[in-house]
Amino acid sequence: MLNPKQSDKLASIILYTIAGLVILILAALVGYILVQGVPHLSWHFLTSSSSAFTAGGGIGVQLFNSFYLLIITMLISFPIALGAGVYLHEYANQKSRLIQLIRTAIEILSSLPSVVVGLFGFLLFVVQFKLGFSILSGAIALTFFNLPLLTRSVEESLRSIPDLQREAGAALGLSRWETVGHIILPAAVPSIVTGVVLSAGRVFGEAAALIYTAGQSAPALDFGDWNPFNTASPLNIMRPAETLAVHIWKVNSEGIMPDAAAVSAGASAVLIIAVLLFNFFARFLSNVLYKRLTATK
Amino acid sequence: MAAGTQGSLNLTNEQPDRHIYHMDEDKHEIALSTKNLEVYYGDHLALQDADLSFERFKITSLIGASGSGKSTFLRSLNRMNDDVATVKGNIMYRGLDINSQDIDVYEMRKHIGMVFQRPNPFAKSISDNITFALKQHGEHDKAKLAEIVETSLKQAALWDEVKDDLKKSALSLSGGQQQRLVIARAIAMQPDILLLDEPASALDPISSAKIEDTLMELKKRFTIIIVTHNMQQASRVSDYTAFFHTGQVLEYDLTRKIFTRPKVQMTIDYVNGNFG
Ligand SMILES: Nc1ncnc2c1ncn2[C@@H]1O[C@H](COP(=O)(O)OP(=O)(O)OP(=O)(O)O)[C@@H](O)[C@H]1O
Ligand SMILES: [Mg+2]
Repeated sequence: MLNPKQSDKLASIILYTIAGLVILILAALVGYILVQGVPHLSWHFLTSSSSAFTAGGGIGVQLFNSFYLLIITMLISFPIALGAGVYLHEYANQKSRLIQLIRTAIEILSSLPSVVVGLFGFLLFVVQFKLGFSILSGAIALTFFNLPLLTRSVEESLRSIPDLQREAGAALGLSRWETVGHIILPAAVPSIVTGVVLSAGRVFGEAAALIYTAGQSAPALDFGDWNPFNTASPLNIMRPAETLAVHIWKVNSEGIMPDAAAVSAGASAVLIIAVLLFNFFARFLSNVLYKRLTATK
Repeated sequence: MAAGTQGSLNLTNEQPDRHIYHMDEDKHEIALSTKNLEVYYGDHLALQDADLSFERFKITSLIGASGSGKSTFLRSLNRMNDDVATVKGNIMYRGLDINSQDIDVYEMRKHIGMVFQRPNPFAKSISDNITFALKQHGEHDKAKLAEIVETSLKQAALWDEVKDDLKKSALSLSGGQQQRLVIARAIAMQPDILLLDEPASALDPISSAKIEDTLMELKKRFTIIIVTHNMQQASRVSDYTAFFHTGQVLEYDLTRKIFTRPKVQMTIDYVNGNFG
């Protein structure tokens, strides 16, 4: 038999090994993609539009599309998630049947495969509502995908604010709305922001939900035209918009350009770097906000 | 008062199991009183027939073992228990039953303030902690707000420690300072009555002593009801003391009587520390 000290030691060794293995796999994966892709990166690659048949195409339009789609998605999903999260955590009677039903629905929504969400978006928004392959259709599909996670992260952020703060507000004769709006939400901002940025990273890398909604084509954009109602304008939300992740999938499955492998490797590296940046940025931002909230000014 | 005959010659050794001091409204100005107060958490009866009157500009201590219903009683007084418990009975304040449905609880809480066991300053600056609720309630005169910040911090014995740094985050203060800030925040509202639930229990003796001084100072302007586990504190600061036991008030009297000649055996045991 092991004595407590030995079994403690054994457990630590096992846990460290597992943790080390996870880190190793992650590092190997990211490292491989970066090593393969980074040599292909150039200013030209990052800014020029893709070409279907000839070598030397870039990912400029796709990169822009990814960011633009992300912004539109957040513009739609964040207000809804914020409202839902605040309602569920601050107002709703936790024991009510309806609230439990809503929670279950959110759970289910968050576990739907994204390709199913994509097909649903295709049938309903692209076909039925005649939105076509467009940024708007893609953003709505991504909202379905993003909303449950974002709502939950808002809820978690609110949960992390102690009830003492709510009681403090109530004891000063503040209404619940005043307490939530001026005390609870501001205190929850750092962790809400972290949740948003992390979910942005996930949305940014999403492909399956977009193939049949935002489409697989990236018409050239006129970066001199910022009128959102013009067809060639980058801001037009009714235009089809292949994103970076969809582009990677497309190049790999049916790319016929001679440098398909290089384009795919380069684009993957950019995608990974972007997602990593989102994660670091989330950390950084939440630290800064937390310090501003608590430290001496 | 049959059992309460001249205590010194009580040879029968008979004791009442309950003794509640009834305040004469002609002799005492009553700030708040409860009648037949009963509190249920679900089916669990946590407090029953509490009939207490609190005299204006006096300090009343609520003492009793853990779980005896002190917080339950205190939190019912300004309706902080509305969401978690059912409170039956009357709470009379200025001729109004503030336990009735049609009371505007937010308005009422401006008159009956509360300080909690654990300091709960907002994640805002020291001065914003004090002015925030006042601004929400419609006070926007900068000079007046600044004056309120100063007087309430002085009353809470915190002014000298923070006066040079009112823009500093309240979260950077020590626990004892935070608790005094929270008291300042409560008195800045100019309430009539201040409810305190073990305000000094998490503090070191020096901070705790400061808070006691603060309370003695504050009772000139406010009626104070305080829950405490500290018998010395109760006997030092309060004028009246109520002893709670398993959801009932067993004895309520002048503090000096509770600590020198309590009438109920349970109280005797409790204040002497041989409670079992
Ligand atoms: N929110 C709640 N839900 C259910 N039961 C509760 C709740 N709060 C208190 N109780 C119960 O009510 C009874 C009285 O609790 P209360 O908190 O009033 O005691 P207390 O005298 O303040 O004790 P302490 O000295 O430990 O603070 C206890 O039996 C407790 O379990
Ligand atoms: Mg208590």
